Formats: sequence, C-alpha cells, structure tokens
Amino acid sequence: MSETLVASRTPGTDTPVPGASGASRFWRRLRARPSALVAAAVVALLVLVALAAPLLTAVEGQDPTTYHPSLIDSARGGVPLGSFGGIGADHWLGVEPQTGRDLFARLVYGARVSLGVALAATALQVVLGVAIGVGAALGNRWVDQLLSRATDIIVAMPLMVMSLALLAIVPESFPRTVLVTFVIGLIGWGNIAKIVRAQTLTLKGLDYVSAARLSGWGRWRIARRELLPGLAAPVITYAALLVPSNISVEAALSFLGVGVKPPTPSWGQMLTAADVWYQAAPQYLLLPAGALFLTVLALTVLGDGVRTALDPRAASRLRVGTGRRREAKAGETAHSESDKPHKEGNA
Amino acid sequence: MSLVDVTDLTVEFGSLRAVDGLSFRLERGAALALVGESGSGKSTVAGALLGLHHGTGARIGGSVHVVGTDVQRASDEELRRLRGGKAAMVFQDPLSSLDPYYAIGDQIAEVHRVHARVSRRAARARAVEVLDRVGIPDARRRSRSRPHEFSGGMRQRALIAMALACAPDLLIADEPTTALDVTVQAQILDLLHTLREETGMGLLLVTHDVGVAAESVDEVLVMRHGKAVEHGPVGTVLGAPAQAYTRELLGAVPRVDAPRGASRATDEVVLEATGLGRAFGRGKQQVVAVDDVALTIRRGETLGIVGESGSGKTTLGRMLVGLLEPTAGRISYEGSAHTGVNPAVQMVFQDPVSSLNPRRSVGESIADPLRARGEARGEVGGEGAEERIRERVRALLERVGLEGAHYDRYPHEFSGGQRQRVGIARALAADPRVIVCDEPVSALDVTTQAQVVALLGELQRELGLALVFVAHDLAVVRQVSDRVAVMRRGRIVESGPADEVYDSPRDPYTRRLLAAVPALDPEVAARRRAARRELAVA
Amino acid sequence: MNGFGGFVLRRAVGTVITLLAISVIIYVVFYATPGNVAQITCGPRCSPEQVRQVTEQLRLDDPLYLRYWHFLVGILVGRDYSTGTSLEHCAAPCLGLSYQSDQQVLDIILTKLPVSLSLVLGAMVLWLVLGVGTGVLSAWRRGRISERVLTAVTLAGTATPVFVIGLVLMIVVCGEFQLLPFPQYVPFTDDPEQWAWNLLLPWFSLALIEAAAFARLTRASMLETLAEDHIRTFRAYGVGERAIIRRHALRGALAPVIALNANNVGSAVGGAVLTETLFGLPGIGQELVHAVKVVDLPVVVGMVLVIGFFVVLANAVADVLYAVADRRVVLA
Repeated sequence: MSETLVASRTPGTDTPVPGASGASRFWRRLRARPSALVAAAVVALLVLVALAAPLLTAVEGQDPTTYHPSLIDSARGGVPLGSFGGIGADHWLGVEPQTGRDLFARLVYGARVSLGVALAATALQVVLGVAIGVGAALGNRWVDQLLSRATDIIVAMPLMVMSLALLAIVPESFPRTVLVTFVIGLIGWGNIAKIVRAQTLTLKGLDYVSAARLSGWGRWRIARRELLPGLAAPVITYAALLVPSNISVEAALSFLGVGVKPPTPSWGQMLTAADVWYQAAPQYLLLPAGALFLTVLALTVLGDGVRTALDPRAASRLRVGTGRRREAKAGETAHSESDKPHKEGNA
Repeated sequence: MSLVDVTDLTVEFGSLRAVDGLSFRLERGAALALVGESGSGKSTVAGALLGLHHGTGARIGGSVHVVGTDVQRASDEELRRLRGGKAAMVFQDPLSSLDPYYAIGDQIAEVHRVHARVSRRAARARAVEVLDRVGIPDARRRSRSRPHEFSGGMRQRALIAMALACAPDLLIADEPTTALDVTVQAQILDLLHTLREETGMGLLLVTHDVGVAAESVDEVLVMRHGKAVEHGPVGTVLGAPAQAYTRELLGAVPRVDAPRGASRATDEVVLEATGLGRAFGRGKQQVVAVDDVALTIRRGETLGIVGESGSGKTTLGRMLVGLLEPTAGRISYEGSAHTGVNPAVQMVFQDPVSSLNPRRSVGESIADPLRARGEARGEVGGEGAEERIRERVRALLERVGLEGAHYDRYPHEFSGGQRQRVGIARALAADPRVIVCDEPVSALDVTTQAQVVALLGELQRELGLALVFVAHDLAVVRQVSDRVAVMRRGRIVESGPADEVYDSPRDPYTRRLLAAVPALDPEVAARRRAARRELAVA
Repeated sequence: MNGFGGFVLRRAVGTVITLLAISVIIYVVFYATPGNVAQITCGPRCSPEQVRQVTEQLRLDDPLYLRYWHFLVGILVGRDYSTGTSLEHCAAPCLGLSYQSDQQVLDIILTKLPVSLSLVLGAMVLWLVLGVGTGVLSAWRRGRISERVLTAVTLAGTATPVFVIGLVLMIVVCGEFQLLPFPQYVPFTDDPEQWAWNLLLPWFSLALIEAAAFARLTRASMLETLAEDHIRTFRAYGVGERAIIRRHALRGALAPVIALNANNVGSAVGGAVLTETLFGLPGIGQELVHAVKVVDLPVVVGMVLVIGFFVVLANAVADVLYAVADRRVVLA
C-alpha cells in the first residue's frame, strides 16, 4: 500500500520529465526504426496497388477473368506458350496455365481481396473486442462472468477450424468475400477482448478515474473521457498485428477451397491451383507465394514497430499467461499475446 | 587499509552525471550512512562499490577500493569473489529481490557455495544457521519456504541472512527498510545493529530517511546532485549541521515529538461516520477491511488517521468520500445521511503519477468539477461560461503555488510535488467542505513533503476546511493533526487529541508504534532501542 | 497443498462447463442455419417428396432444443438411429451419423485421429525444441551479430504461412532434389521408421512458424526475467552468468512459454488442417475440409466438438502446469 510507493520512488521524482506529447513521441520512435519505415513503405505500395488495380490492369490492357485459349499449349496439358510462362508486353507476368488468364491482373486484384478482407475483418474484430472487453470490465459481476466466459470459449476455439466449419453452412448464394470477412471477424475477437478488459480494469483502478468520479461526472462521460483514450495504444498495437494474421487466414481458407471462390482472384486460391505447375510455370507458384510472404512480413514488421513505438516498455514485457483473469483482477497492465495474434494467423 | 576507499568517484549514464567527484573512506567495523533525496546518486554509489555498473554502459571515473579489491581494475573473477564473499548487499524490496521459484534456504545455500568449497549439505546447513541467526523462527522448516510464503519483514531478514552466509567484511544496505512498516523497520534496524556488534562487519547504509541513519550509523554523508554536501560523525551532522542544505533537510523532517500547538477546530460537525464497515469478497474468503468505525470531523480541524499497511486506513478514506460503498454503518454529511460521491467531500490522492490523466491538460482536469457542476445545473456553456471557468482554474493554479499559464500543460511536464499541487487545486475546484488526503506526501521527498503539508495548512486556515489526513508516517500525522485516530486491522484502537495520543498513548499498539519511530538524535535512538528490547521481552 | 487441490478442482469444473457451452453454441449455430439442412443433405436435384423423407428420417422437424437434447444424450449414453430400413445403435460417446455415408462420426474420427495426433505431437516436440532453444540463445547473445540474425530469421518465420513453407519444402525437397519421397502416411504400428521419414516434412512445415513464435516469446520472456530484481541479487552475490541463466532466468521465462503452448494447440490444429490437405495426409483436418465441402453437418459438428475438446483440455492442463511452475498463481 502506501509504503510500497515510497519504495518505487524513482530518481528525479521532483524534476519535471522533459518530453513531448504522446503522438509526436510515437512518430519519433517509429522513425528511429528503419525496418519499420521500410515495412511501412511496402505496405503503402501494396495498398496503392490494390486501390489502383483497375487502373493498372487498364494500362496493361488486360483483366483478371478473360480466358486466353490462344496463349496456352493445349497439346502439352495447358502450359503457357512463350518463354517464362508467356511473359511479354501484353502479359507483364505471363498467363495462368490452362486458362490463359492474365497473371498480373489476377495478382493485383488478389491484393485487393487480401487487403480488403483482412482490413474489414480486423475492423470487425476490434469493434467487437473493444465492446465486449469494455462491457466485461465495466459491467457487474454477472455481466463480467458471462462475457469473460464467452471470450474464453471463443479464444479456445481454433479460428481456422471454426471459420472452415462455418463456411460450410452458409448458402452458396451469399457473396463469398463478404462472408469470409464476417466469419473471420466474428470469430477472431477473443484476444482483443481479453486485452481490452484487462487494460480497462487497470485504468478503472487508477486514481484519476476516481478523481473524475469525485468531480461529479456520470459513468458514460468517465468511460468516454478517461477510459477509452487509454485503450487506444494497446488496441492499435494489437490490431496492427491482427491484419497480417487475417491475411494469412483468408489465404489459407481460399487455399483449402472454402474461402473466396473463383472467378474472384485470391492468392490462396492461386497457390492451390499452382501446386502441380511448379515445373512448367514456376512463376505461377512463386508470384502468389512471394506476394503473400512479402505482405505478411511487411505488415508484421510494421506492427512490431508500432508496438515498440507506442509502448517500449510493454514491448519488452510481452507476457502470455494463463493466470490472465486473476492478474487482470489484481489490476495488472494488459499483457498482450501480441507476439502472436490469434494463432491461426500464422497457419 | 580502509574497508572502503572511494576517491573522486564519478558515474555517468549517458549525459546524466549521477555521481560527481565523490570521495569517502570507511574503516573496518565502522558504519556510514549515505543520506540524500531522490536523484542524489546515493544508490548509484552503492552499486559502484560492487562494480554493478560494469557492462551497463555507465562511464565510471575515479577509484574504488573495497576490502582490498580495486573494483575498477578487477577481473570478472575477482569481482565475483568480492561480491557476496567480502562485501554483501541487501536490497530495498525484499520480495522482488529473491527468486520466487526456489526455497529461501536453497537460494542462500547457492550463494554460499559460490564462495565456499563446501558440500551441498553443508551449504544448506549454513543457510539454516544464518536464517536462525537473523531471527527466523523454526529456521529449518522455514528454509524450505518460498519468498511469497514469508511476510515482508521475514523476507528482509532472509536477505540479510543471505548476506551473512559468507561472513563478509562489509554489508551494503540500500534502503533496507523503505518498503516496510515502521514497527518492522525498527526490528530490522535493531537486527542490523546487533549483527554489527557481534560480527564486527562494516556497514554502508543508503537511505533517504535521516531518522533511519540516526538509528544505525556512526558517520553520515549527506549527498545532493551526486556530490557530498556534508560528512562527519552522526551527532555533529544531525545535531549541528554546518551546511545550509543539511539544515534545510533536517528542518523539513517532521518530528514525532513536536507538539501541535493551537487548534482552530470548531464545534460544527461536517462529516460523521457511525458503525462504518467494509468487507471484500464473499463466503470463506471474506476479508473485513474496516470494522465498526465511528468518526466525527468538524469544520476547520484536521483529523489524522494513522496505521500500518493493511490497517484499512485507505479503505476508510475511500468510503468517506463515497468512492467505496460501505457494507455496514452509515455516513452523514452535515447531519443528513449520504451515499455516493458528494462534491463537498473531495480527495487528494497518494500517487502523483496516476492521479492525473496523462492525456488531458492539467487545466482540464482541474476544470472537471466546475464543468460537471455547470452541466448538472443545465447551464449552456456559452462563451462567457467557458471564460469564467478558465479564469477560476487559473486562480486555483495560482492559489496552490503554480502559474495560471500552466493551464494547457500536461502532467508529465510537472514534478511530483507540482502534480500534488494540481491534485489539491482540482479538489478545491469543487468548493469542498472536507478534503480527505490519502497519503498525500508519502511519495514525495522530505523537502517537497514539507511544502505540500504547509500548503494544506494554509488552505485550511483560509477556507475553514475540514481535513482528514490518512498516512502511515506518525511524524507527519502529528505535525498536521488536531485529533488522531490509530487504526489496526480495520478498527480504531485509540483516538483523541493529537498531543494526548502521542505523549501519553493508552493502547499498547500505539505505544509500540511510537517506540518504533526512528529518532533524529542518536542518543535518543539508543535509549529507544533499549526500550524496544524491554517492550519485546514484556 | 489444500489451495492447490481446490485450484485443480475449480479448473476441472470450469472445463466441463466450457465444453458444455461450446457444444450448445456449436450445435445451435450449425443446425439453426438459414439454409435448408434437408435440401443440402439430399442434394440439389432432390424432389420435394425426397426432401420430406430426409426431414423425417433426420427428425429435422423437432424443435432445436429437443434435437440438442437427443444429441447430448447420444454423447452421454448413446442412441439408436433408423437408417430407413434397419435400426443402428450408436454407443456411448455418440456424435451421430454422417449424412453422406451413414457411418458413425466417431468411427470416422477415430480412424483419422492417429494421423493428426502423429502430426501435431511430433511437430510440437520440434517447435518447442527449436523455438525455446533459439529464444534462449538469442537472449543470451543479446546485442551480438548472431542475435540479430536469429531475430531476422524468426521474424521471417512468423510471416510465412504453413501452406507456403510446406509447398516450397515439398517442391524443393521432394520434387527438385528428390531427397525424400512425397509424404504418404504409414502408421507408426506398421513401420516406425517409415512413419517418421514420411512425416518429417509435414512436421517441419507445421513446426517452423510455431517455432518462430516461440523463439520470439522465449527471447522476450528471458530478457524480461533477466531484468528482474532477483537476478540483480544473484549477480551482486557473485553467481556466474551461466548459472544465473540456467537456474534463475530460464525457470521464470518458461512459465509464459507453457501458457503459449496451450494456446497454440488451437492454432496448431488449424495448421494441421492445412498441412494434411497440402501433403494429402488422411487425418481429421483433411476429412473436415471434405465434410465442409459436401456439407456433411454431423461430421463437421462432431469434428469441431472433438477438436474443441482437445483444445480446452490442453488449456486446462496448461493452467495446472503453469500453476505448478508458478505457485504464486494459486495464492494470488
């Protein structure tokens, strides 16, 4: 209690700590990490490519769905004609075996799907996770019990398996990309809810929240003004790591043939199809694999950088514990499984 | 040759010069205290004696000789022999300083085997022996316990036992009692004293508490900003300080034996609690934090509530302001029953770091009660209203000794003492009749502490406030309180006018508490120590 | 150890409740679907008459709670199924019959389970050894070149999806250089040596990404532990750096690793689904993908439940292990 505080007195308590506000400190720290900057540039480029996909393919003069039977050698089982899988001025990265569809177009449209699904799913996970985490932390004993149990269950269920299974029961007529987004979003909010709950409990115990209560403000005003801003850092940190993990999940589902369905292009789908063509048309395999690897890597490095920049202390204090709920009750800081957002992410 | 010989020691961390040209010697069997406020560099010196800054990027200049080892030039092997073997260190926080996963006896045995070529069994026996020596009852059995199964005082004893294991010539104690309650502190200081008498080892004590130094050492070195301010025999430095800073430091230390003087209390009761109780948890695990407490607080008076950790004083304070609902009894404000928060009853918090929202400017934090009140009355916040609020906040900032222009600054731009002033301004903004101060100065250095206490006194006189001053520090409580209530295990064991309680305590617990407070005069300290022995025997 | 026994008991009760809740949720979610189960099961070309027959046979007209009740009873004591002409008894842990093959779901799972267990357990050993080893090494060599290299490698590892690394490994190792045959599952009981050789590649594919995550966690956890006060104590008492790492840092650092491992069972199962599909191993994952594609709901529900059961069990066991490793948890 009181005594321990004296103990934790740090040198220079009575000299003001120089320093700037949170946002500018964040940028300064982020800029100090060249790897994060490179990753940010790559991510920016990817987003740009995804946004400009129709424009880019128009420049190339192709689209992702038109078949070009004239470009493949049906005698040899559908291998693209020409060198390097048919690379040329018309088809910048060659064409798909068997169908002759333009690979460049499929790749950039695939980026659209990948990033779009991942970002939308992340947004959904964050909204759900924050709502449920805050609800559990601020609700009464029963609300907390109910929401925390639900969170435990959702965390325990393997995301991959659940999304796979859920995709089985929805009618084919439902738009597939939207469905994949919803399934990932609705199942993957568990860890973020845990982090938010723990962090909210910590904040709730801080004296400045008590002081706001003594000022005469109501619950909502306190939640909005004193609690929610404090959640921004951990939520952004975790969300930044959820994006690459969601990209992997989408690609995995499409790879298994239950995610995004043809003719909509998707990297995971291309990989499945490319499996048997690796000798005849290696770029058909290497392009989506490389794109996937690069995207996930860049987003992971960026997420890492964001985490370090937002909270250098927490970054070195990564904790994954099973005593989570107890610790949260004891008012500890949100420890994150941030080193590994929901696991399948990496699957 | 001296036990410790430090010449012109300089330690720099980056651009920060923590220790600046410090020299001192410590003879065999002697005891020296390094005394200073936070940031004075005293702990850095302690670390430098064992070469603990090696490899941390710190730049170290000057020479350090400890028990015949040239610490600056020593090889890793020589350093390892010095550490623990010839000079052993006792750290501040006994819980985190021990490995949570191993039995205490095993940890002591491990350290012993680093320095002595003995069998595992012999080392274990030595561990039990030293644990017994430092007063751990049933040492053989308790040596198998892990740190979390020990109380705070026992853990500190165990750390001291670890230090004793290899019979060092020098004991370095870095704030050894800061994390402990006052009665436990007295026991640990007494233990150090006896051990020194018996083994003849030298003691280097690092402390922020002048009283602790007076209790334990022969010589004092007062430090400030990494430099020595004054160095000499304890009686001289504390009794007749030559330097202005030493005098300032001593002047700021609250005295437990100084009478309070005239009270400005009135008969008008503002806050009253009857049969107040609070339990946490349910069923078997229920803990009663506060039990059947009755209090009255009158306009213009200060009620001190003093107790050790776990006495329930903080819970009581939070119930008085309505942050915690009592599970028994009731609180009435100006004669009528009241639950929940009440703008007229405000609080000043302990921790200057967590009591202000780091993301909002201090002006906004102070303005909170004003805005909330405006909103509650349904006032539409027009231009004029906003300007009035800012004007009032600026006035409040100036009243607590800050500047009106500080309105738009953020908490991290302020020192601990300044933040505590902001906290006081925020409490005042609600125009309270009562302010409950929960350990308002315990996180502050002693000179800052004195300033904040003085500010609270001024405000009380000026505004006729009733103050409830909750603290563990008996001397501070006496300094500020008209009446005092002593808490133990959730109950008030004794209450009455401050001078009465302090000068002629009736309850045995109060007597023990008072006997444990370190005295500033070494002679008084020796007398007290003798008295404590008698109390312990009795 | 009264408190400890109580802790284990509480944890066990919690696990049972969680499993029940999971079964309800899964059952409701899967059977209260917008699509017409009978139509899906029967196939798109079925006549309304045939669909009605299926509905009757599967008792799809019963209210949902009743069907769940029968399902639960089936799991606990077994139940009988009519397959049109004959009556089939499905014994105690009965997960129902496949819509497609009328086989008992449990039988399907039991025949596939050894493959999946071989894959996941083998990979787990691999990722623990690789991951923890790398993590400890890079914490120890902090600030040196070797640490930077290890950090970069593990970062790249976490960014490589299982199916990408698996595909590349298969093409390079089995295709280009023909160092190993394309994996084909051989039961351990038939030929342990062939079993291991054939699983080598799948193990590596599944383990690599987990190993990277473990390496990162172990490193962070080690560094954190090394910065703790009690490590400083042992340094100040002349205990050597090696002994400090071995005796004091590793012990504290491994507690979160145990916890992560439990959490990762779920993710490993997800990875196993991909690995099995990729390498054509006849495990639960491959079967699940198949069942999803043909919308064989009892099989999907049964498998999800069994997987959930294993994951929840693993979490519970890890909680207890964690408490053993860190007794403070129980007392806190």
